Amino acid sequence: MLKFFLSRLATFVPTFIGVTLISFAFIRVLPGDPIVVMAGERGVSAERYEELRSQYGFDQPLWVQFWEYFTGVLQGDLGESFITNRPVWDEFFSLFPATMELSIVAIIIATALGLPAGVIAAVNRGKFFDRALMSTALIGYSMPIFWWALLLIIVFSGNLGWTPVSGRIGLLYYFDDVTGFMLIDSLLSGQKGAFTSAVSHLILPSIVLATIPLAVIARQTRSAMLEVLSEDYIRTARAKGLSPGRVNGLHALRNAMIPVITVIGLSVGTLLAGAILTETIFSWPGIGKWMVDSIFRRDYPVVQGGLLMIAVIVMIVNLTVDLLYGLINPKIRKR
Amino acid sequence: MPLLTIRNLSVTFATAQGPFRAVDKVDVDVNPGEILAIVGESGSGKSVSMLAVMGLLPWTATVTADEMTFDGRDLRALSGPARRRIVGNQLAMIFQEPMSSLNPCFTVGFQIREALKKHTDMDKAARQARCVELFEMVGIPAPERRLKAFPHQLSGGMNQRVMIAMAIACKPRLLIADEPTTALDVTIQAQILDLLTALQQETGMGLILITHDMGVVAETAERVAVQYAGQKVEDQEVQALFDTPHHPYTAALLAALPERATERRLPTIPGVVPGQHDRPAGCLFSPRCRYADDVCRGTEPPVQPDALGRARCHYPLHAPQEAQA
Ligand SMILES: Nc1ncnc2c1ncn2[C@@H]1O[C@H](COP(=O)(O)OP(=O)(O)OP(=O)(O)O)[C@@H](O)[C@H]1O
Ligand SMILES: [Mg+2]
Repeated sequence: MLKFFLSRLATFVPTFIGVTLISFAFIRVLPGDPIVVMAGERGVSAERYEELRSQYGFDQPLWVQFWEYFTGVLQGDLGESFITNRPVWDEFFSLFPATMELSIVAIIIATALGLPAGVIAAVNRGKFFDRALMSTALIGYSMPIFWWALLLIIVFSGNLGWTPVSGRIGLLYYFDDVTGFMLIDSLLSGQKGAFTSAVSHLILPSIVLATIPLAVIARQTRSAMLEVLSEDYIRTARAKGLSPGRVNGLHALRNAMIPVITVIGLSVGTLLAGAILTETIFSWPGIGKWMVDSIFRRDYPVVQGGLLMIAVIVMIVNLTVDLLYGLINPKIRKR
Repeated sequence: MPLLTIRNLSVTFATAQGPFRAVDKVDVDVNPGEILAIVGESGSGKSVSMLAVMGLLPWTATVTADEMTFDGRDLRALSGPARRRIVGNQLAMIFQEPMSSLNPCFTVGFQIREALKKHTDMDKAARQARCVELFEMVGIPAPERRLKAFPHQLSGGMNQRVMIAMAIACKPRLLIADEPTTALDVTIQAQILDLLTALQQETGMGLILITHDMGVVAETAERVAVQYAGQKVEDQEVQALFDTPHHPYTAALLAALPERATERRLPTIPGVVPGQHDRPAGCLFSPRCRYADDVCRGTEPPVQPDALGRARCHYPLHAPQEAQA
């Protein structure tokens, strides 16, 4: 198991270097000079412009800039935001819990609904439920997120008035961050109604964010289950007189979990990308919104540092998924 | 009282190319403690007929029978849960591919304990003790350690022993073994067959042994049913069948045995078992039968009386002159 872990970890290194390079290059290929953007409407004098250029190191050749960035990264220094002058690292971690909370709730919704839906569809292959579910999944998969979010806002916030439109919690409540997760902090604060308020703020954005992963997980579970259900060991399980619930839910699902976990893992990448849009629509104060704002401000350190952090998180999730394979199906560990 | 009685069992699959009758009016009788061998080439419906008894066919299959009684109970009338109380308990089955028939995600011990948990009221310790006892019965050394193994850590022969242990865990009255040795090495084949017959002797259970190996039949079975293209074409005591086969197909199978060959080259049966699209009119074996005439090719053969092995043939072999109408 340790060898398996180390071999997976070794693939981490080249990917990490590549990601650092891409995140560095990404913001620089966008048109627009950060100093001009920073100066805004008032503009900047030629001397001041040169001064700022050398202050931020833009007068150096690109490879020198990259080398400084890269060595900084290795020491855990992502630089400071041009705008706020706070370390990117600190900003990232003050905002990340909000994104993480949204993503975790979304992935829980997607898995909790998608997994059973896929199993039931596979077991009832070709029947009404299967067809209805697969058509719905296709719609969910191809739905423009922006449009879907607005539709939900119009219906549930506008017409019905059930949910708030933006933010993480009602203005009435104020308490200090403990964990950074609003659901937990609101409970810890002991303020009446705070938790309900946090939930009602979270519900629409997490549904929006869960939609595509939900469709993907349901479809993947179904197809993995269909494959597994025709295996010999399923016949053996049934020959033991086990109930359909146990045969499908334990013997089949356990084997079908490998491809399903893969898509759940891959969904995390999609989810963080989706979070950028979702957070912008719902004014959710997470890293998605922070990144978008920073791109418009040409805040180089934030964009490259943020991208790098997101990439590293996705890589860690994928590594965890690899390790889970070995736990679920011991046969895989052998390879 | 017979253990298993089946009359006119037919199984039809709904396929994309229309209905396909894989089992056609088959009768099966097994007495308690008896070993019945079902022989026939690939595709003759041996597995499908037994899966029908177990209730393990996919939903595309339609099963009909005039009678299907196990241990005095009508299998056709049973509800799902009631059938699942019998299957894996008094009525058990093992399969051809031991490697793929065990779930790769669970230890073999878990998979056996699961059957015990479902059908007995043993507690945890008793189940573990029974597992160890079962592994000793089927000849698996170091039971405690092996129970913790995953199927991929064991050889094919070991896995088949595990399958057998699992099948006999709840002391079944009837064990159906569907080509239990086909996927194994020749040396292991003999061991597994010896094990099955020894267990049968020891426990007094009935045993249905599906095989396409006449040699295996001669060594193990008491009675033989020969199946061809979904039909039972002959049914005799093993000695009588080897001495006086009544159906030309049985005779051809016996002639293909190495120790019976009179020439240097083994005689083989020309042609293949008819499938869904090339089912002949009249006798299904007629295209491959050396004795067939226009009657065989035109009319379905009758089932001959017991004395003639219930052969499905117009012209049964080794028949006394007057019996040949
Ligand atoms: N699920 C199914 N759908 C359609 N046809 C099937 C299905 N299962 C089996 N058959 C067909 O039924 C026929 C009998 O199959 P069966 O598996 O009983 O043969 P067999 O005598 O056990 O052969 P073998 O010696 O290869 O195991 C075959 O022609 C097979 O193609
Ligand atoms: Mg078979």
